[in-house]
Order: sequence, then structure tokens, then C-alpha cells
Amino acid sequence: MAYSDKVIDHYSNPRNVGTLDKSSSKVGTGLVGAPECGDVMRLQIEVDENNVIKDAKFKTFGCGSAIASSSLATEWLKGKSIDDAMKIDNMDIVEELALPPVKIHCSVLAEDAIKAAINDYRVKNGFAPIVSEKVHH
Amino acid sequence: MDLPIYLDNNATTPMDPRVLEAMLPYFVQKFGNSASRNHAFGWVAEEAVDYAREQVAQLIGANEKEIIFTSGATESDNLALKGVFEMYQEKGNHIITMTTEHKAVLDACKHLEKLGARVTYLSPQPDGLINLEELVAAMSQETILVSIMYGNNEIGVIQPVKEIAKIAHQFGALFMTDATQAVGKIPVDVIADGIDLLALSAHKMYGPKGVGALYVRRKNPRVKVTAQMDGGGHERGMRSGTLNVPGIVGLGKACELARLEMQQDAERLSKLRDKLENSLLELEESYVNGNREHRLPHTANISFKYVEGEGLMMAMKDLAVSSGSACTSASLEPSYVLKSLGLSDDLAHSSIRFGLGRFTTEAEVDRAIEVTKNAVTHLRELSPLWEMFKEGIDLDSIEWAEH
Repeated sequence: MAYSDKVIDHYSNPRNVGTLDKSSSKVGTGLVGAPECGDVMRLQIEVDENNVIKDAKFKTFGCGSAIASSSLATEWLKGKSIDDAMKIDNMDIVEELALPPVKIHCSVLAEDAIKAAINDYRVKNGFAPIVSEKVHH
Repeated sequence: MDLPIYLDNNATTPMDPRVLEAMLPYFVQKFGNSASRNHAFGWVAEEAVDYAREQVAQLIGANEKEIIFTSGATESDNLALKGVFEMYQEKGNHIITMTTEHKAVLDACKHLEKLGARVTYLSPQPDGLINLEELVAAMSQETILVSIMYGNNEIGVIQPVKEIAKIAHQFGALFMTDATQAVGKIPVDVIADGIDLLALSAHKMYGPKGVGALYVRRKNPRVKVTAQMDGGGHERGMRSGTLNVPGIVGLGKACELARLEMQQDAERLSKLRDKLENSLLELEESYVNGNREHRLPHTANISFKYVEGEGLMMAMKDLAVSSGSACTSASLEPSYVLKSLGLSDDLAHSSIRFGLGRFTTEAEVDRAIEVTKNAVTHLRELSPLWEMFKEGIDLDSIEWAEH
């Protein structure tokens, strides 16, 4: 299968690889997927006092599309408010990276990781987690 | 060095130029139908087919009359399994095989189950080898066929065919082997090994695609299979269809070259394979899959824990290799062969198969070592699992959300 240039770019030069201090109250961590499924994503956000994401980091175990999806997600998250970040849809990632149908689950995982990180941050700071009603395509 | 480097010789091999040379006259000048008995065009083709039949027979210690030409090992496997089941169903309906067989065997068996066969699928030991005691325990009066592959395509493990054949024969069953990966790579002798039916393919031994053979024993016992392709009664009535003369000539030439050169090829390739394997095992948390003693000289299957196979292959784009991960398929199921060995799904997802071949050079292997090491290191830097492992977190203690 041929990968799109954007997937190859993110895979070869992944943005924002790394680890934030998960014990900090400003940091939300989302760990989604499972090793036996061949994909695990860990996405972390650091949120400032205005509810704006000022830093985002990821590490991903998975195929090139999974790595590219999470790399792209961190790029998009930086500078976004929490509310705007919640609106990132997996199909936006599919479109941006031109993922083929067999790789849509990678984008779903990235969206799940964003939401998991935001909810981790919310719970840490005394807010209820947001339950997504979304049914993935 | 030409890139990418081809290290997927278990999938297919490049054709040896000497094979192509032997085949070329049989397309345009000597195009005859080997079944045309009444003119020179037919005789020339028939002579070429007869010669190729001898070349194939010689490689496996058979008589040329015991060689049935087919379109490849998949057809040979199907003909053997379905043909034996149909021919011997009055004697019994039980077939024994293994979970690590090629799909051509497994799916043919599944088909036969629908037609009333009882099939036992034996699991291998963790090193990929058959447990002979379990085989004995599975045998019964109704067992008509034991079908166990000679050398495994994914992990290269060589089964103890001689012992398997003995057990099958003690119970009055036939022994068939899919020897696609073994023939031409290691010595195979149907008499010494006690093989009754054997499937082989040309394109795994530097011959053309689309041609193979089934060995069907003619003496002690005389084995018969019911044809699965009806028509002109070619190949002693077991496989109708005009013979693929150029392909068969190519198969014959490939067999002859293998007979003359396989020993030196095997010695050279096992040294290169060991170099590759030992260098890659220097990486932490890397494991060889399958028995390291009883195996084909050109195959190495290695799991690199905490990196995913498909992602890894992308970082190894200068190498043409194969992964045990099947993330591209909708099922996300990793290799069933590796899972049969008892590998966890995550380790099966993290495996790469290297298949060396006649044209693999030492410089290519050195490059492959470098590329693989860099790729594994790069992906581990990206891997949350690697980070957790390094922090001493037990990954089994985490509740993963399976998707």
C-alpha cells in the first residue's frame, strides 16, 4: 500500500514526540489502544490558566498512519482552547492525511486519545469528564 | 547497491537468468503442444517436458513417472488433499495436519470438512516443531492422510518428516508434505523420507511463477489421487490441461541448478543469516521465532518487542521484507503461524521475516542490519510501550481499551 506524502512526512519527521509530567495538574494524559491490536497512542496536553493548550506531546506504537495521525493531532492541539480541541473529528485527520479506508481506525484512535487527554485534565481539576456520544464511521 | 534490497525470498525468488535462457525457445520457436503426437512440433515439446520431469524427479529422489505438473504448490496441495480424500474415502475420512500449515492446506482441509472429512489440526510446540506424541495420539483407523509441511514459510522450521512418515505408515495412512520452501534449499528425498505425496513450486527456487508439481508415489504403496481438473486426461489422468511447456522447462532447469548448487548456497546463506540474526539480537528485547537448529538456511523471523511490525517496515523502506503484523487487513489479526507458537498478539505484531536468497550479497546483509537497527531504535523512541518498559511498568498490569 502506498502512503500519502503527508503520512510519510509525519512518520519520518514526527512533531512533538515526547513526554510531559503526567503528575502535573496542568497536564492531561490519554492512553488509548492496546498492544495486541497493534496500536497504542499516548497523547498529552499541557493546559494554561485560560484553558488553552500550550503544549502537546505524543508517543505511538503502531503503523505509519497511526504515528502520523497522532503527530498531526499534537500539531493541531497546540494553541487551541479545550473546547475547540474537543471538536477535532477523526474524519478531519483522515482528510488531511488522505488515509485509506483500512487506516481510518488510526484516526479514530487519535480522536479518542485527544478526548481521553482532555478528560484526564478535567477530572484532575475537578470537572466531570465529557462523554462522547459520537458513533465512529 | 540497488535499493530496496530484496529480502523476501520466501514470498518469491527472482528467476535465475539461466532458467530464463532455458525457457525462451519454448515460447516462439518450439511452441508445440506436448500432447500432439503426430508431428515434430509436439514431439519437441514432449521431449522438453520429459526432460524437465527427469530434472524434477532427480532433485527429490523420485522416478520421473511420479511427477505431475501443476500450476504451482497451491494447486498441488489441493490436488493431494482433495484427491486423496476422494480416492480413499471408503477407507476413512480422517486427516491430520497442523495449525502452522500454509493456507492452501488449511483451507483445502476446511473445504473437505464440509464434505464430511474429520480434520485434526495439531498445534506446534513453542519452537514450531510438531509434537510426535500428539500425532500418535491423534492417529486412528480412519486416518487416511497426514499432511505436514516440510519447512515453514514464516519461521523456516523443518519438521521431522521421516518420523512423521513412519507414524503415518504404522497406522496405514499416507504422508503428504507441502515442501514448497524446502525443495531446492535443503536435501529432500522422497524415498529416504518416506513421503507419499509432495507439493513443490518453481518460483520459490529461482524458477518461473505459475508452475509447480505434485509427486505421487507409484510403488510401496501405489498412491492414487482423484483428478480435480477434468479434461484431456493429461498427467496420467490426474491433472488435465495442456501443459505449460515453457514453465515446465523452467521448473526443470531450476531443479537442476538447485541440485547442483544448493549445498553451496545453503552454506553461504546460513552464514549470512546467522550474521544478520546475531547482529539484530544485539538489540534489547529482540527474539528469534522458531527452532534455531532445525530450520531452513535462509530464513530468519525476529520479533522486536515494543515496536509494531508495519510501522517498522515503513522505516525499513530500503528493505523488502515481510511482517507478521497484518494491520492493513480489516481484522487487525497478526500472523496465525506466530500465534500458533504461543506468541502474544503484541509480539506477533512486532515481528519481521527476512528471507535470504541465491542472489543476496554480504554487503546487502550488512546494510539490512544497519537499516533494521536504526529503524528499531527510531521507533522505540516513539513508542509509549518502550518508555513504560524502561520505567519498569508491567504492561500486563494496564487495562487496555481494546478497539
